[in-house]
Parts: sequence; structure tokens; C-alpha cells
Amino acid sequence: MPSFFGYRRENGRVGVRNHVIILPLDDLSNAASEAVANNIKGTLAIPHPYGRLQFGADLDLHFRTLIGTGANPNVAAVVVIGIEPGWTKRVVDGIKATGKPVQGFAIEGNGDISTIAAASRAAKDFVHWASELVRSEADIRDLWVSVKCGESDTTSGLASNPTVGDFIDKVDALGATTCFGETSELTGAEAVCATRAANPAVGEKFLKTWSDYNDFILANKTNDLSESQPTKGNIEGGLTTIEEKAFGNFQKIGKKARYVDVLEPAQAPTKGAGLYFMDTSSAAAECVTLQAAAGFAVHLFPTGQGNVIGNPILPVIKITANPRTVRTMGEHVDHDVSGILRRELTLDAAGDQLIALTLRTANGRLTAAEVLGHREFVLTKLYRSA
Amino acid sequence: MSAPDFIVHAPGDNVGVVVVETVEAGKPLVGWVLDTDATISVQALDPIPLGHKVALTDIPDGAGVLKYGHDIGRTVAAIGKGRHVHVHNLKTRRW
Repeated sequence: MPSFFGYRRENGRVGVRNHVIILPLDDLSNAASEAVANNIKGTLAIPHPYGRLQFGADLDLHFRTLIGTGANPNVAAVVVIGIEPGWTKRVVDGIKATGKPVQGFAIEGNGDISTIAAASRAAKDFVHWASELVRSEADIRDLWVSVKCGESDTTSGLASNPTVGDFIDKVDALGATTCFGETSELTGAEAVCATRAANPAVGEKFLKTWSDYNDFILANKTNDLSESQPTKGNIEGGLTTIEEKAFGNFQKIGKKARYVDVLEPAQAPTKGAGLYFMDTSSAAAECVTLQAAAGFAVHLFPTGQGNVIGNPILPVIKITANPRTVRTMGEHVDHDVSGILRRELTLDAAGDQLIALTLRTANGRLTAAEVLGHREFVLTKLYRSA
Repeated sequence: MSAPDFIVHAPGDNVGVVVVETVEAGKPLVGWVLDTDATISVQALDPIPLGHKVALTDIPDGAGVLKYGHDIGRTVAAIGKGRHVHVHNLKTRRW
């Protein structure tokens, strides 16, 4: 059984990074959060633009995403800062349920400066504590891996997505937990995707989810979506229609693995090991942020034209088969599989290499996106605030 | 077979993907069919960029284009064998 050395958290999940994060509840608390992260080395602020006047399912998703981000096993401890104590406490309590250290601070009645001072002291204690945690051996069943592609082109469907698919097929057979999403980018391949569900009920759940998303697009579109789906970059890379893009996208789940459930955005899996589908936007940072909030610890990101995305808490491994992208944007590429197109590399070997690279990343190797400082954290907003 | 000029996903597909950066009009191309490991050939009639599609048969106006063994849209112009297939002659059936 392939294994790696990770951080086993209080709730039994295993992380591959050891971040102490400063998490703002809302846009107003970004400044204080960034000030704390500037004061206390070894912490990471995760600013974002929302958290005020949201309601209903949109508010539920906001809390689920923030709590899930704090609860992710790549995070050792969390400082939460909010404008007022009520919703701040809700995020703190949600993260606290994992058993990890978390402390909340509210700005109202204190002002930024006092809040920053108090939160900095807590963050400093967390960093000292986290820096003494040691990695221990875990096997690949403890590694939750999410996948999503971006700036795809036809080389994605030919080689980089199938490499991820080969990875999924191999680790699924070993009992790993994995996740794909991108509801709108399965349009054209949705009927085939439904047949890959573990049973007909899950397939129906997928089709309902896809259909709801497609109805939303049809209700709001102002043209035929050309230049949006596929994107300008996709078209430059040779992808012509959403159907073509969807069949390429779909290569990421391999040929054998079957998804065991359909998850809400940012919802953690509850049916044990296996492949999961999550209802997500197809925009890269939105999707990866939701998958991180669901507890996934490493992300595989195939790209054709060269999407440069990263995430604050998830290592994002870039795979490309486009030889021009390798040549012009090589610093963003962790795994070059362009040899498949030249018949110099088999898919089987490329998949094995990706498993090895994923375990090295889990052991601590920094990805290109981490070294280059990519920390895209983008909350999915379902509709306008009240 | 050495490195192919284009790759075809499934045997029934009527397009292939150019995987080299140097396809000019008139160039004879060697293709590799992934599902069967077969080798096929076609002569390019247009310059075709890396990643873009070449027609493997004459495809009439209004017909389906097959890739991965599946329909990926309908043609909006007749496309001759060896021609560049993209947004100017192929459209989605969805949006």
C-alpha cells in the first residue's frame, strides 16, 4: 500500500500541510486578519470579499465554506476574526467540532488595533504549538484527493486528463477518497457521466443536479455562451464546443471508478472511501476552494493552455501535455506528460508517476503554485445579498 | 511508428487532433488512433495549429462531428477531408 508522512489531526483526518490560518468572517475583517498575519510569521491570512447580509442557502454555503476551510486537515489551528461576535462564534464553533485549536475575535467594541493585538497573541501561541507537531506515516487511504482542470485544450482530453483518470482508477481500487466537480462543464457528456454512478439512484441525483445548473444557465444567458463556455483560452487551444470540452473533462475520472455520491458545494463526503461528484462552478478557484472546504488535502489540476491557479491551504499539482505550455510556462508545471502525444510515455507510466509525485507532495514537496505564491481563495456566491 | 502528427480518440471519429506545431496546407499527416493503436494518414488542406482538429472525411453541412466516439456538435458548413475544423464551421447543439 503506497504511504506518505502527514499530520494526523484530532479528528483522525491526515493533513499534508501545517498551516496556522487567520480567517476573516467577512470583508470588513480582512484588514485586521492581514495585519495579524503580518505580525506573526508562519501564519496565513485568507481574505475574501463576502460575509455580510447573505441569507438562506447562500449564507449556509458561506458558513460551510469558511468552517470547512478551517476544519481542513492541512490546517493546524485557526484564528477567526469577524466584525461582530455572533457569526464569528458560529465559525469558531464549527471548526472547534474537529477538536483543533481555534479562537475567535470580534472587532466591534474593540477596534482594529486592540483586536489585532489580542489575535496576534493567540496566533503566536498557535504557531509555537503547530511548529512542534511531527509527521507520521499514513497510507493512501488517508489521503483525500480532489481533481479539476482549467484552461483546457484538446491536449487535456488526449493526455493530461486521462493521466489523472489513470490515477483515479488506481487509487480508487486501493480505497482512496477522491472528488471531481464542474457541473456545467459536463454538459454534452451528462448522460454518459450518469452511467458512471455507483447505482441508478446516485445517477439520478447527478442528472437532477446537472439539470438544475443547466436551467440556471439557460435562464440567465444573453447569447450562446461562445467565449464563456468554451472560454477564449479553450478556443485558442482548439476546443470548439461545450460537448467536446465535456468529453475531455470527463476523462479525469478514468475508465473504471464509479462515484458513490453527489455532494452539495463544500459538503464533506459521508459515505466512506470512493469517488465523489460535487456540484460546483467550473471556474478554477471557486471549484478548488469548495473542494478544500469539503476536506480534500491534495489537488490534481490538469491544464492545456496554462492555468496558474493555486489555493491557500491545498497543494495544487499542475499536469500538462501541451508541449508549447511546457516550453513557455514551464515554471507552473509539476508533471509534464507531453511525451504521451509523442508516444514516448504510456498513460500507465504517466499515471504511476503522478501517484509518486502526489505522495512526494503529501510528504512536503512544494508545488509550483505554492512556490510561486498562488493562493486563490474564491467563495461561491449563489445570489445577491439581502 | 514515431511521433504522430495527429491523434484520433476512437475509430469512428471524423476528426483528429493535431499534436505538432508545424502543420501547413499540403502537408501529409500521420495519425494514431488511441483506441485501436492503428495508423492512418490524411493530407492537410489548411494550416492547422497545435491542438486544433483536422477533418478525416468529407463532412456535409448540418452533420454531426464525432470525437471520443460521441457527437460534439453540428457543422454549419460543408467541411472537406483535410480541412481545419473549428468555430467557423462547427457549433454546439446546446447553448
